Amino acid sequence: MSLADHAAREGLRQVGGRPPFGAYVRDVWRHRPFIYRLARFRIEAENGRNRLGMGWVILKPTINAAVYGTVFGILLGARARPEHYILFLFIGVFFFDYFSECFGSGAKSITRNANLVQSLNFPRMSLPLALVTQRFLQFMPIVGLVLLVVMLSGVRPTLEWLQLIPLIVLFTLFNAGLTMVTARLTVHFRDLTQLLPFASRLLFYTSGVFYSINKRFAGHEKFLTVAGYQPVHEIMTLARGALLEGPDYVVPPHYWLFVTVWSVAVFIGGSLFFWAAEERYGRVD
Amino acid sequence: MDESTDNSTAAPRSPGAAVIVDDVHVEYKVLATGKRARGTDSGRRLLQRSRKTRSVHALKGVSFVANEGESVGVIGTNGSGKSTLMRAIVGLTPTSQGAIYASSRPSMLGVGAALLRDLSGERNVILGGLAIGMSLKEIEGQYDEIVDFAGIRDFIELPMRTYSSGMTARLKFAIATARSHEILIVDEALAVGDRDFRKRSEGRIREIREDAGTVFLVSHSMKSIRDTCNRVIWLNKGDLMMDGDPDEVVSAYENFQQD
Repeated sequence: MSLADHAAREGLRQVGGRPPFGAYVRDVWRHRPFIYRLARFRIEAENGRNRLGMGWVILKPTINAAVYGTVFGILLGARARPEHYILFLFIGVFFFDYFSECFGSGAKSITRNANLVQSLNFPRMSLPLALVTQRFLQFMPIVGLVLLVVMLSGVRPTLEWLQLIPLIVLFTLFNAGLTMVTARLTVHFRDLTQLLPFASRLLFYTSGVFYSINKRFAGHEKFLTVAGYQPVHEIMTLARGALLEGPDYVVPPHYWLFVTVWSVAVFIGGSLFFWAAEERYGRVD
Repeated sequence: MDESTDNSTAAPRSPGAAVIVDDVHVEYKVLATGKRARGTDSGRRLLQRSRKTRSVHALKGVSFVANEGESVGVIGTNGSGKSTLMRAIVGLTPTSQGAIYASSRPSMLGVGAALLRDLSGERNVILGGLAIGMSLKEIEGQYDEIVDFAGIRDFIELPMRTYSSGMTARLKFAIATARSHEILIVDEALAVGDRDFRKRSEGRIREIREDAGTVFLVSHSMKSIRDTCNRVIWLNKGDLMMDGDPDEVVSAYENFQQD
């Protein structure tokens, strides 16, 4: 009798291997207290040693926006500058920051935790999801800050602001999906961490964070069509459209549909892609 | 799992197998970097450094059956494949050939990697407990026990980076052993802390062992192997050298080392 037969006879199950997707998702769902605590405690640990603590979560992007505002405000001609440029920039920088933080640090969410992955058993998807949760929790006070700044500049809150809620949910799904993709790819090719900052940079310059694509490329219909399909640009346009008024902030109605399709597709695709290599993450090489 | 019922009743069931390791090979390729630089030609070597991959054959066909209620000691020199075998049994390292079967999910005693140095002990108890698969309710229920066992009640509010290495080791041990396990792997965890704590931790291990069906103990201390195990497996360079009675295997191993 072979050992495999022996195992079958005694009702033993094979160790390792990857559970079917449905069971895997349920396992991840069961681990949500772990994911949430890991995210929250990491923020605490990050801030614990700085005197300003949580203050930095708000201060960092504010300084960022101020730097970009000064530099690009001077460099850029009025042609590419929309109305309410300061608010335009503020919203752009903060929303893009959420994306790039997930994109950048999320890629390392498995490789940086190699020790954890090699010593404990839990669905590995917890790690990229914890990272996105962490960024999400850090993004919330920033959204509050954006709303405050917009109100201080004299814009009255309207019901349209509520559009931000579904938008941020979709944006988070999009970021989570993308993070799962880059987290897995980094396991296969470490070199990717060297390239991702450039990809992030490229998106920063092409998504219309600090200038209006519609104004700058007015007349280049083909370019504008392509930009219309770019999810990060769409998300920022929707965020600005929800908060600000004026001819520069009219959002093409199909953007909502596109952003929804993009986010859900990236999230589901990313989960499947990540799950497909579940047993690979614990390997030492 | 879909074998007919009459088949399983016909099988001899005393004592049942807990873990079956069936011809397990683990082999992986690593990028061989950091070649030794040699004298004068080191400059040229740097320029034309070829990044060859080297394959490491950590386990070369290991097979055994561990039964319920056994404490299996695993011994061998550094690099003999002990830790690889244990990680394979837990399912952390995939096998490149062969398979491992278990009656329930084996777990490894260890939680260190999940803890955050900048967080307080209290936070780390919660995080570590969640990481090893306890629910928040279970952690709440055992919180006091964990803290008292680790003996860090007075420092629980302080960040873990301020703890002494003994305190950290105690806390890790207390968290890791808070859960009951059916199949447990202990990798040299006995030798933490001072003498007093070692005694308590050995007692704890014994309790867990009685609770758990099956325990694997990886250790370099032949004394703790002899004291706690009723079966020993000796690995050497990825091969299973011997499997059997602790006294026999340990003396064979000690003779082998002296040669």
